[in-house]
Amino acid sequence: MTAEPTLTARHPLESRRAALEALPGEPTITLDPLVSAVDLRVDPEPATLAALGAALGGTLPHTADAWTAIADGQALRLGPDEWLLTSAAATPHAWEDRVDALAAPHGGMAVDVSAQRVGLRLRGPGVRDLLAFTCSIDLRPAAFGRGRCAQTLLGQAAVLLVAHGDDDLAVLVRTSFAGYVVDRLVDHAGARTSRLAPV
Amino acid sequence: MQLITCPWCGPREETEFRYGGQADLAYPADPSALDDEQWARFLFFRDNPKGAFAERWCHDAGCRRWLRAVRDTRTYVFAETRPYGRSTV
Repeated sequence: MTAEPTLTARHPLESRRAALEALPGEPTITLDPLVSAVDLRVDPEPATLAALGAALGGTLPHTADAWTAIADGQALRLGPDEWLLTSAAATPHAWEDRVDALAAPHGGMAVDVSAQRVGLRLRGPGVRDLLAFTCSIDLRPAAFGRGRCAQTLLGQAAVLLVAHGDDDLAVLVRTSFAGYVVDRLVDHAGARTSRLAPV
Repeated sequence: MQLITCPWCGPREETEFRYGGQADLAYPADPSALDDEQWARFLFFRDNPKGAFAERWCHDAGCRRWLRAVRDTRTYVFAETRPYGRSTV
């Protein structure tokens, strides 16, 4: 008989939920549900990427700083031989076992990093301006359009930015820095609104 | 702020990088044959040119890969950056 999992994951940003919901107008910031995630390391041979992509129900990104959709999740390229694979359907252990088994024949390995990052979703007009308050990379849609991702600094915290659309971005941040990033974004969003509001 | 071009991520601010010292240092072929002074020279003595200097940088806040840069120590201008070691960029 297998052990019954009785511990359920609690969103690390539960304490910030009220502050995010109280934000006036757009862009909106919401907490993404927790997902299973593995860090995949494998030599980036085209045949390997094709085989892994087919097994995972999608394709793995072939270029730097890009993401693609796979079944129930995303594949984000973090480096020359490193990908972050997420799944909203599988449990963390099942996801790690599955990807690791797929990567092993190609000399690769996967490690569970589900607890490493939490996701914020920023939607609405002006979302790129909001991030530009505190992030220095080129965020124009022409340079950072849908399908791109980037690891960079937001304030002093390392984050993974994911472009879902022109007015739709996700911020994945290390759990221990998540409160700092949310507080900073809420602060900037408030500053923008008060500056734009008629006096 | 100064931008450094990461071979993988593209131009990023200098604060995303960590300095790794002089590049292309060869580990002694037979360390046990070195006397104390030779070992100290390998460990602690580095070039300090006025002008182009090949050095290692690590893109800590991005792809976490090492890169080899040639920087002018007088002007801080980066002449080139390229992947270091076995990277497959």
